[in-house]
Amino acid sequence: MAADEARRAVEATFRIERARLVAGLARMVRDVDRAEELAQEALLIALADWPKSGVPDRPGAWLMAAAKRRAIDGIRRERMVERKHAEIARELDQEDASAEAIEAAIDDDLGDELLGLIFTACHPVLSRDARAALTLRLIGGLTTEEIARAFLASEPTIAQRIVRAKKAIARAGLAFEVPRGADRQQRLASVLEVIYLIFNEGYAATAGDELVRPALCEEARRLGRILAGLMPDESEVLGLVALMELQASRLAARTGPDGALVPLPEQNRARWDQLLIRRGLEALARAEALGGANGPYALQAALAACHARAGRAEETDWPRIAGLYDRLSEEMPSPVVELNRAVAHSMAFGPDAGLRLVEAIADEPRLRDYAPLRAARGDFLFRAGRFEQAKAQFEEAARLTRNARERAFLLARAEACAAGVG
Amino acid sequence: MRVLVFVKATEDSEQGRMAPPELLEAMGRFNEELVNAGIMLGGDGLKPSSYGKRVAFDGPIRTVIDGPFAETRELVAGYWIWEVKDMDEAVAWVKRCPNPMFGPSEIEIRPVYEMSDFDEIMTPEAEAVHERVRQKLEDR
Repeated sequence: MAADEARRAVEATFRIERARLVAGLARMVRDVDRAEELAQEALLIALADWPKSGVPDRPGAWLMAAAKRRAIDGIRRERMVERKHAEIARELDQEDASAEAIEAAIDDDLGDELLGLIFTACHPVLSRDARAALTLRLIGGLTTEEIARAFLASEPTIAQRIVRAKKAIARAGLAFEVPRGADRQQRLASVLEVIYLIFNEGYAATAGDELVRPALCEEARRLGRILAGLMPDESEVLGLVALMELQASRLAARTGPDGALVPLPEQNRARWDQLLIRRGLEALARAEALGGANGPYALQAALAACHARAGRAEETDWPRIAGLYDRLSEEMPSPVVELNRAVAHSMAFGPDAGLRLVEAIADEPRLRDYAPLRAARGDFLFRAGRFEQAKAQFEEAARLTRNARERAFLLARAEACAAGVG
Repeated sequence: MRVLVFVKATEDSEQGRMAPPELLEAMGRFNEELVNAGIMLGGDGLKPSSYGKRVAFDGPIRTVIDGPFAETRELVAGYWIWEVKDMDEAVAWVKRCPNPMFGPSEIEIRPVYEMSDFDEIMTPEAEAVHERVRQKLEDR
């Protein structure tokens, strides 16, 4: 019992240090797989040692020193056949000369290494799925099994995905460094995309293992906050943090007891998490103070903030939301943004305003078969009293949707139009 | 999971004795670590209970009691709100905290109820409210 407790204490400490440890080691041995192995070996040494000697004052430095010694041993065992390894061993030996220097360097700041590892795990040479899995593994410290459960995938699939991603990193010769100069912004966008993808995997879930997927939101928010700590001057990082905190504040109100989605206007706002709202609004204010008010994530956070600030659905500031969508459609044009913009304008300025916007995009080839667009158009026409045209749009939307529940809903609305005409 | 972490009061904290600069600095560093690890949601220090009040409930009666309160060891001198993966992680973090007081002191970790904790105690009345909302949605 006591032994089990000691083991859990060591493992918990190890989990806190793991990402930085792997990051420092990866930078050193230029091999993320080997870095993970070394970290694991350091854990085994700690498990043997700490229950007797107690957890050291600077566990991170202790683990790093242990892992480094293993790295040197390993390289010696290979008899330094390769020149590259000989160089690394020499470097390690030199650094090892001053244990104090190592300690200072490790405990005080492995921030740069950790950031480098994040950028590597989110490198654009990897597919989006691979980036997400690798980030959860390396930075979040999730096991393959946990990642598989989170993505509703099989364990071998995820294991394979991670192995391939690591190989791709090795092939591309990535240096585990923080990108500087011109491609920094683009690379940062890739990191933010991965974190938001992880968040949405949890947030968009309406089925599956409910307990696991909010955990994925939590993991993404933690990643976002870690990133904000490492890059405190990047407004879009704060924008993303704000967006995730604000959206997560509604998690408890978002699903009914049967697991069905409760749309925003119907949610019980008393169940919104005020602590997360406050944190989200603060992060948004900091993003805006840094001059990032027009960043895509900051704009989306500002939209979420409009809802968060409204105590009741009727108090929602739709003109402000419409204005934010105008800006978002310039910064990040997409059919979905355009459609939401039309809905916001219809709420702010009446159905005709929505109709004008939606008709401007209705003939785009990508949108011709897009059910939500037809449904929105039907709704605007209905509210404008043009029931016959509205009916046609609802019927078209019902034909286009693949979701049975949604189809029933749309057909019911089409019928209501017929009643309106009659 | 979310936890509330209580720094328990001592005679010193109840007398409002300020921490020495070294401790404030060490606490500052610890707080920074919490922020960098992405687990800190909030927290604050509390004034001694002599500034506090209690409201006692007995049926319809409400009685206001002024501080200070006697049972020092049960009082709270400060708190954090953290988001951690499990209690083990919370314990590991608390162990890293510098002793927040002059003498022996205690920190208590309490998990916050989560949505899933309520699944089994949903009352028929609450179910009915949810059902009404759902019905309303389907009627739209």
